Amino acid sequence: MGIEARDVYLLSPEIALTALALLVVALDLVVRNKAVQTAVAVAGLAAPIAVTIVLWADVGSRPEAAFSGSLVVDQFALFFKLLIAGVLALVLLASRDTLGRFRYQAEFIGLAMLSAAGLMLLAAAGDLVTIYVALELASLPIVALAAFIRGQVRSVEAGMKYLVLSAVSSATLLMGFAWLYGATGSVQVVGVEGAAPPIIQMIGTGDPAVPFGSFALMVGIVLSLAGFGFKLSMVPFHMWTPDVYEGAPTPVAAFLAVASKAAAFAVVLRVLYTALGLDELSADWTVLIAILAAVTMSVGNIVAVIQRNFKRLLGYSAIAHAGYMLIGVAAFAGRAQEPGDASLGSSSVLFYLGGYAAMNLAAFFVVTVVVNRTGDERVAGLAGLGQRAPWAAAVLAIALVSLTGIPPTVGFMGKLFLFQAAINADLMWLALLGAVNSVVSAYYYLNVVRVMYLREAESPDAERVAVGPTAGVALAVTTAGVLLLGVWPNGLLDVARNAVQTLL
Amino acid sequence: MLTAVILVPVIGALAAALVPARASVIRGIALGVVLIELALSAVVFVGLDRGVSGFQMVERADWIGAFGIQYLVGVDGLSAPLVLLNGILGLAAVLASWRIEHRVREYFMWLLVLQAAVMGVFVSLDLILFFIFWELELIPMFFLISRWGTGRCEYSAMKFLVYTFLGSAFMFAAIIALYFSAPGPERTFDMTVLMGRELAVLIVPAGLIFTGFLIAFAVKLPMFPLHTWLPDAHTDAPTAVSVMLAGVLLKMGGYGLIRINAGLFPEQMQQAAPALAAIAVIGVLYGAFIVMRQSDLKRLVAYSSVSHMGFVVLGVASLGGTGADLSGVGLSGAAMQLFTHGTITGLLFVVVGQVYDRAHTRHIPDMGGMMGRMPLIGASFVLAGLASLGLPLTSGFVAELLVFLGTFRAYPWATGLAAFGVVLAAGYILWTVQRTMFGPRLARWDGLRDATAVDAGAIAVLLIPIFAVGIYPKLLTDVFESGLADIMARF
Repeated sequence: MGIEARDVYLLSPEIALTALALLVVALDLVVRNKAVQTAVAVAGLAAPIAVTIVLWADVGSRPEAAFSGSLVVDQFALFFKLLIAGVLALVLLASRDTLGRFRYQAEFIGLAMLSAAGLMLLAAAGDLVTIYVALELASLPIVALAAFIRGQVRSVEAGMKYLVLSAVSSATLLMGFAWLYGATGSVQVVGVEGAAPPIIQMIGTGDPAVPFGSFALMVGIVLSLAGFGFKLSMVPFHMWTPDVYEGAPTPVAAFLAVASKAAAFAVVLRVLYTALGLDELSADWTVLIAILAAVTMSVGNIVAVIQRNFKRLLGYSAIAHAGYMLIGVAAFAGRAQEPGDASLGSSSVLFYLGGYAAMNLAAFFVVTVVVNRTGDERVAGLAGLGQRAPWAAAVLAIALVSLTGIPPTVGFMGKLFLFQAAINADLMWLALLGAVNSVVSAYYYLNVVRVMYLREAESPDAERVAVGPTAGVALAVTTAGVLLLGVWPNGLLDVARNAVQTLL
Repeated sequence: MLTAVILVPVIGALAAALVPARASVIRGIALGVVLIELALSAVVFVGLDRGVSGFQMVERADWIGAFGIQYLVGVDGLSAPLVLLNGILGLAAVLASWRIEHRVREYFMWLLVLQAAVMGVFVSLDLILFFIFWELELIPMFFLISRWGTGRCEYSAMKFLVYTFLGSAFMFAAIIALYFSAPGPERTFDMTVLMGRELAVLIVPAGLIFTGFLIAFAVKLPMFPLHTWLPDAHTDAPTAVSVMLAGVLLKMGGYGLIRINAGLFPEQMQQAAPALAAIAVIGVLYGAFIVMRQSDLKRLVAYSSVSHMGFVVLGVASLGGTGADLSGVGLSGAAMQLFTHGTITGLLFVVVGQVYDRAHTRHIPDMGGMMGRMPLIGASFVLAGLASLGLPLTSGFVAELLVFLGTFRAYPWATGLAAFGVVLAAGYILWTVQRTMFGPRLARWDGLRDATAVDAGAIAVLLIPIFAVGIYPKLLTDVFESGLADIMARF
């Protein structure tokens, strides 16, 4: 079981990204110009993205195992790698000005890239050990990044909070994995060489009266879900989200909200759908996930209503959206008779993640640009933005309308597909609750729009906010994504539908 | 053709937003756009072949192939008059906003987007497309009310948005549930297909799907007790937005009730009809009694809308009749009421807006004796009021008569009670006209000027259809009957 050349080739996106991270940090020793550093970083990201696209075409519809099954490289994993690398590139572009203020900009970029490499690995992890290692690789740089503004108490607090809670969740996760291993005798999530995953192999031997057929399995699954729940910002493991979003530098919050969450959904989908995707098991966990989805979106939306700090508001909104996406996870229609229906839930989650990346990044980027200038994070601080920064205000308005789920934006299409999957999987109540939750969210999202356009700036000499050229590109790309995917979702939808084929 | 009907206001909105020009030019652009739009909608209305039922001018293109979502538009005898109505009211609304000075560019942009969205609702034959246009109208309305409104306009705008959005949440779930009510390859959002189909594989009972649609349309219509957003929105909205709101936005609810609730779920409609009849009567009477207590002229008209839209529900409820008691007359009346109420209440709001522009008050006890100062506006108010109370020779009479004729055999008691609403209407309208326009001449109104040419234009645009239809109802009844024939055929 040596390492073969093909294994390295399959791992090349992560290798390219790690090499790039080291290059950027090393370059700092020679080139002090921060604009050059960012340019190299963003341009360099073309390498992992290009390799991923090559792999996408190469791998096709069959999954390939690398390193004796520790890694599974299929279109599902590659979808997430592409998403994560793309998000990182956009975040770096949009936060050029913010990053330029950091003395250790190169280290910031390097750490972000290492974290992204961990997230990419997570999406392709084929066994429990790899999942754990990848998760730690992704999390530890985030701790440093969250606490990057050393002079600011809130930032350090955010880093500390993330470190402690992340450690607790890792411990829970490890405990869960231990139980899973104890119950099944294997750490393999994905079956090697065509064999069914080991958990599936032991089905039928279990006691049908016990959830999941065995108490050991049940404890393992529940503990693992609790561990993943931290990354997903799933209630009741969501407490850190608003605090970290508020305290951490805005680019870090954007990265956490989108890339980290996407990878967490990748691993949850992989574990639940592939390893536990039998009817006997799914009957139990779909109910669990459906309830968690309902609670997560309701708590996120209701608490968001009373937020006065815009970054905290986005934190609770991120919790709410995790809830919406969990609807898609719960909509596991393995029992459905129709052939194309089985993948409705997972493909809708992938589509939503793509759309969510566009709309949430657009919102965060405006925060980056505006707050970086004004230093005012309150919702009320956005008053008069319609006049002070018409383009940024328009972008934020479009992003918020999309987050609400009003057409013609990608947020609407995403919810359409999610609710469709839910109703197909007999979860009418969940779809309805999701739709009603959108109504609650309309209140606080549109309240921000109202403040931007209907309130005069608090002081008459409130400065105009200029949008730099690189941030402008990032804003334009995300906004175009929100609107184009809202009108023509077919491309991303087809990609998502192809990507989930290997899950089941 | 129908694509052009949707796109012209959108292009106009973009032009209004982007062309760098003075306010007067923007107004000119908006006027030009709504004139073209009126012409286009008239072409649709006239071009519709009344001899045949079914959808015409259909345009179809695949949109989201994975779920069979199509771009599918078409009109029949039910939607064509409403398209025309939207064209007429668009013109009236632009004329009624001639005095807007604040952020003219954005104002007309949103107004035109609103018109496009409503057009889309009336011509969409794919449920998802229908829903998208249904939702698309939210954002323009939100901005129009909160930005150019008066009073507690931000509160009213948010209330409008939350109510409508909540209603559409139920419709959204209902649409998707309906989609899955057929085996795999036959699933569709295509209304033309769904209309001819018995619901087969139901994940949820058909009654629930029916209710989901009903809630959305009941909020929009508005049906008692989901009407409370309407008086607020109307009172605080700028004149032209009240005109559009009363004129076409409420009609979306009635249209949906007929097209989807009656058209796709005949069996559930029959079961729900007695309840609808009861709600209709409550709405008619409750609205009428509340009107009596209003001292704000706009609020008064708004509550009269609640009362009058009750007749639409009553007409639809006539479908609950069986055998000989069931005819298409009540449904035709409901459809007629949509059109006539649109023009009549639109006119009332136009005139109220003109009075407010001059007198700067809507408080009825402050008014009086205005007729002598502004005869044209006063006379229009009287005419609109008379049409609203259903005077013969106005379109209001035709619609209400058809509703009563159609519903009487199915629900004589409900019809009798609702007819009492007409008596009340006569009372409150004449009383209002007397208190505002007539009475002793007041010195403080001596400075008021009568309608300008633009004001007169806005009045004429709406007055013409009121009398045209009142004198020669066949203009509309024929069309509606051809459109409703397919729906009636399923009962």
